Amino acid sequence: MKPQVAFFDFTSCEGCQLTVVDSLQTHLDLLDMVEIVQFREAMSERGEDYAVAFIEGSITRESDEARLKEIRERAAVLVALGACAHIGGVNAIKNLAPLHDVRKYVYGERAEWFATYAARPISAVVKVDAFIPGCPIDREEFIRVVNALLRGIKPPIPDYPMCVECKLKENVCLFDKGGDCLGAITRAGCGAICPTYGDGCEGCRGLIPNPNRDSMQSVLAARGLTPQDVMARMTMFGSYEISKA
Amino acid sequence: MAQNLHIDIHHITRVEGHGNIVVNAKNGVLEECRLDIVETPRFFEALLRGRPYTEASHITSRICGICAVGHATASLRATEHALGVALSEQTRLLRDLIFFGEMLDSHVLHTYMLIAPDFFGVGSVIPLAQVAANAVLRALRVKKLAGDLCAVIGGRHTHPIAMTVGGFTHLPTVEEIKALRERLILARKDMDDTITLFKTLPWPRFKRETEYIALSKPNEYAFIDGAITSTDGGSWDVTDYKTITNEHLVQHSSSKHTKHKREAYMVGALARFNVNYNFLHPKAKAAAQELGMKPVCTNPYFNSAAQIVEMVHSVEGAITVCDELIARGIKPEKPYTFSGKGGAGVGACEVPRGTLYHDYEIGDDGRIVNANCIIPTGQNLANIEADMRALVPQILDQGQDKVTLALEMLVRAYDPCISCSVHFLSVKFV
Repeated sequence: MKPQVAFFDFTSCEGCQLTVVDSLQTHLDLLDMVEIVQFREAMSERGEDYAVAFIEGSITRESDEARLKEIRERAAVLVALGACAHIGGVNAIKNLAPLHDVRKYVYGERAEWFATYAARPISAVVKVDAFIPGCPIDREEFIRVVNALLRGIKPPIPDYPMCVECKLKENVCLFDKGGDCLGAITRAGCGAICPTYGDGCEGCRGLIPNPNRDSMQSVLAARGLTPQDVMARMTMFGSYEISKA
Repeated sequence: MAQNLHIDIHHITRVEGHGNIVVNAKNGVLEECRLDIVETPRFFEALLRGRPYTEASHITSRICGICAVGHATASLRATEHALGVALSEQTRLLRDLIFFGEMLDSHVLHTYMLIAPDFFGVGSVIPLAQVAANAVLRALRVKKLAGDLCAVIGGRHTHPIAMTVGGFTHLPTVEEIKALRERLILARKDMDDTITLFKTLPWPRFKRETEYIALSKPNEYAFIDGAITSTDGGSWDVTDYKTITNEHLVQHSSSKHTKHKREAYMVGALARFNVNYNFLHPKAKAAAQELGMKPVCTNPYFNSAAQIVEMVHSVEGAITVCDELIARGIKPEKPYTFSGKGGAGVGACEVPRGTLYHDYEIGDDGRIVNANCIIPTGQNLANIEADMRALVPQILDQGQDKVTLALEMLVRAYDPCISCSVHFLSVKFV
């Protein structure tokens, strides 16, 4: 029997699940390896027996916790799919401001109609067995992780900084071109796609183990960024980490 | 005759985001008919406050995995209007090209992978691959072309990298454009086969007179910029968008509803088809004729047919832009630098699901002071419910299962992007 897998989403843009669908363009054989039993965005079938659950999205209201815990109980392996599930994603930017202000700004006097709390990665609610970083995920990395999970080995997620991949691509460093970038403290695995296309790393794949954040901040300050600009750079994807501290 | 009906579809499938359909009829009288939007709110407008203007297009592209290029473009247009940034012809052409790519990508996803399974009586594209393998392979091929096109211009489709205020941080080579053009030419055959397939499918018959709203331009089928135009008559500058959208909160939806002159209006491919038919590429007009539609078409199920017409238009439009870029060559351009003077501006685009507005106020420190965005799906919600109220009494005697399927297909026809629609709700400028 093929391993049964299911996809679920919480607060997200569903772009990582779309990337999974897009991975079929070049890896149609994926469907020979696994049986997808639930994938609401793409399928009407709803099977409740699954060994592997992929979760996209962060948790932003209490009522979503029960659903996530139920999935955790059913799944032997639970995988965080993408930055929202892995590190809170851009949803967590709202954690930097008082929640009451955020709610009132969007819903006005009716703020109480719509429940919300500070955005959290799924690991804040349940045990997570593996994660696929990125906003969005890299489709080749998704295939590599599925391959590893099927063989029962640890998913090959790099723990070195993105700068390594950028150097291997022989890109001219953005700092040498007048720009700035978080590549020195951000987990590799994306092939340095943002610097390759001329834009500094936004940190969507999360921090490497033992990042030297102080040094990163001084480098950004030396580049001419104001403390407010440095904070903005560090918080597009790092807000949960920072608001937790 | 089934005069009593209770339908409660929890988390309708094959749509983007979380919505429930609730219908109750007793003794042949419709008592309740709602599309509940239960998506978690994401507060994007609040997220933008205080952030550097350069981040806006990158943050807002994260609203939607399907129309990330559309959000980035509307965001950039709002910022460019606010800061008075002029665009080069090369930037306009490259934006047009990536926009055609996203339109093609989104429409092929919707028509083949989300809509077609209903016509074949299967639950998803996976069993569809058993009964219509060639169709699924064609869809994957066209989607790959569309995604590759977006990647050549923007680095990737879902959350484009190189699109920035005033231009691009990375430019494609002429060789890359030539290679895309060759594949677009080959895609013409896939478009012909798409029309052949969909024209034979059993499209539901239902009509309801509706106000259609889309951006329009004097000489082209508008996708980026234009004047807001209604099939009820009238044309407005995009800065007057609030007089059209009139957002209001309803308790059963975390996305606001909108209305113009009637109880509701529709945006999207069918609205664009009805407003801008004259500017479609001749091949797209021919596709419409084969699919049996002409303006004004008031069958909402035909929104998906209008998407097929727009797929043909987008392939032809992309070929024309490639030809222009190849003839002009690609030249490096000086990046925009901030003048130190802020301002306010509105950007509007026809993204795959309809008219999208981004409205920003930027301070002299280059930070966003206020933001407001109105999403196509939010504008369509009231109209979907109006269609449901008109449709259910007509088919009430067909029984629970058929009514349920007809309603699911109706909601899907609108191609709703629910996680988009709740992420941007109205903001009161204070």
